[in-house]
Amino acid sequence: MSITVQGRQAATTAAPAPPGGRSRGPARVRWAAVAFVAPAWLYVAGFYLYPLASSIRMGFQDYTVSSFYTGVAPYVGWDNYSKVLHDGHFGETVLNTVLFTAGSLAFQFAIGLALAVFFSRRFPLGGPLRSLLLVPWLLPLVVSGTAWRWILDTDSGVLNHVLLNVHLIAHPVPWLASTHDSLTAVTLVNIWVGIPFNMVILYGGLQSIPGELYEAASLDGAGGWQRFRHITLPLLRPVTAVVLTLGLIYTVKVFDVIMILTQGGPAGSSQTLTTFAYNLSFQQLEFGRGAAVGNLLIGVAVVFAVVYLRATREQRQAGR
Amino acid sequence: MSATTHRRAAGRAAGTGRATGGAYTAVALLILAVMLFPLYWMLNASLLPSTELVRHAPTWFPVHGTLQGYRRALSTQGSHLLISLGVSAGTVVLVLLIAVPAAYGLAQLRAPGGRLLTFAFLVAQMIPGVVMANSFYTAANRLGLLDSPLALVLADSTLCVPFAVLILQASMRGVPAELSEAALLDGASKLRTLLSVILPVSRNAVVTASLFSFLFAWADFLFAVTLTTRDDRAPVTVGIYRFIGAHLSDWNSVMATGIIASLPAAVLLVVAQRYVAAGVTSGAVKD
Repeated sequence: MSITVQGRQAATTAAPAPPGGRSRGPARVRWAAVAFVAPAWLYVAGFYLYPLASSIRMGFQDYTVSSFYTGVAPYVGWDNYSKVLHDGHFGETVLNTVLFTAGSLAFQFAIGLALAVFFSRRFPLGGPLRSLLLVPWLLPLVVSGTAWRWILDTDSGVLNHVLLNVHLIAHPVPWLASTHDSLTAVTLVNIWVGIPFNMVILYGGLQSIPGELYEAASLDGAGGWQRFRHITLPLLRPVTAVVLTLGLIYTVKVFDVIMILTQGGPAGSSQTLTTFAYNLSFQQLEFGRGAAVGNLLIGVAVVFAVVYLRATREQRQAGR
Repeated sequence: MSATTHRRAAGRAAGTGRATGGAYTAVALLILAVMLFPLYWMLNASLLPSTELVRHAPTWFPVHGTLQGYRRALSTQGSHLLISLGVSAGTVVLVLLIAVPAAYGLAQLRAPGGRLLTFAFLVAQMIPGVVMANSFYTAANRLGLLDSPLALVLADSTLCVPFAVLILQASMRGVPAELSEAALLDGASKLRTLLSVILPVSRNAVVTASLFSFLFAWADFLFAVTLTTRDDRAPVTVGIYRFIGAHLSDWNSVMATGIIASLPAAVLLVVAQRYVAAGVTSGAVKD
């Protein structure tokens, strides 16, 4: 037991190694450094900045399938944006995106935290079982999405079968086939996908809370819930901020889960901004409008990226 | 320290005796069963003949199992699996070629503008994939790269390079400066130092970066579905997607394909469990 305690303390105090204050004067050395990072700079320019710039430009162009043949894509100002905003489905799509994101985050986080707390106890096989929980996270989403499509099938799906048998429902629920249930179904599957990630990051955060705090609280007579409420939650706040903002950024752009399960349907009932942008570009071949919706998503990402960078700034500065 | 340790040990012993430990394990097994049920259900369906799959009551165990689904899966999806294998391997190579020198330059040589580059990679991971797909499609169309594995390698690498640079950089920062300075004093070039001193020491990070790059490229669906229009050029994720679209009733073959497509992840988890854990905790991200 004492070994593990020491080990954990060592792990928490052994922060990133000091950067080693080397003073490299000669210009030659600096040029070598530049040469090593030059490919990465070119890569950033070609593979992130260019697509970003190209998307923003396309948002102002009437870029359709004929543009590929004629090479002409006239500039139309804010036309694409106004067409998208006046699309009959736009309001519903935004609402779906908000509900999908909020529902996914709330449950992923709550369940992930509960599992992290549970697995931070020491018990036989705790470690291996915790690692196995990561399996859903490692599988291609196309694969797990397909498995869920089979589980959620209206007539042959096992979920309806079980729910009918325990009399929770009276008739089979058309999870993926009704406009009423499809958003719930894709959110449910996305929660399942996100639990392992939340659990792992929160578990890491729990490990860095000094055990002495809990012991002191116990000696002062604090119960389990009080310790959780007054030690775990406050000390977990930085990690919580990271998990939630990262989760937000990644949930808003979820594509695979929805495409595999419902393609955003039926009748747009599980459409989010991401699948909407895909549909405009790759189904209707209105690349300009697809880019416009994509650019709205970039706007959302920028807002939350700022939140994320604020939340992690202190940690990153401490790491330097 | 020993006083706290003893108190802690006493608290632990009182809190979790053998019986409670066993109860915890039982609950953990139950949680695992619920979380992994979809995978079991896929395995089960992959072994059941289609006639048993559409019955009103589900068949819980594949007692009358058949490998028919796997035969059909391999015959229809075999070429897609090979394409995925090639694209994923190519992505790993490209990612390492860019990320290893960059991480060395950032962590050991303190390249000017390093903070900005690290920041750029941090932000790059947040660009929505559908935006990238839109731009990549038009660019690939112009360059005549649609349906080319090269386009997929290039696009998939954008999912991996930021993560690889960040994790390699973190690892190389931990390599003592004395090591590389000794090599430089012995007359080794910077490149030589990187290859024969730094890389062997940060082997774990290289393995982790490679594993995750492979997995990300293997699992990619968005770039695959947008950049391949011809069915015979599609990787396995698109193969499955189009297969469900065409044969929705043939769950047996669909699930067998799913199982085969999960094999790389399963192999990785078994072979390289500690690297996987390291990758996830160092902030691995996935769409």
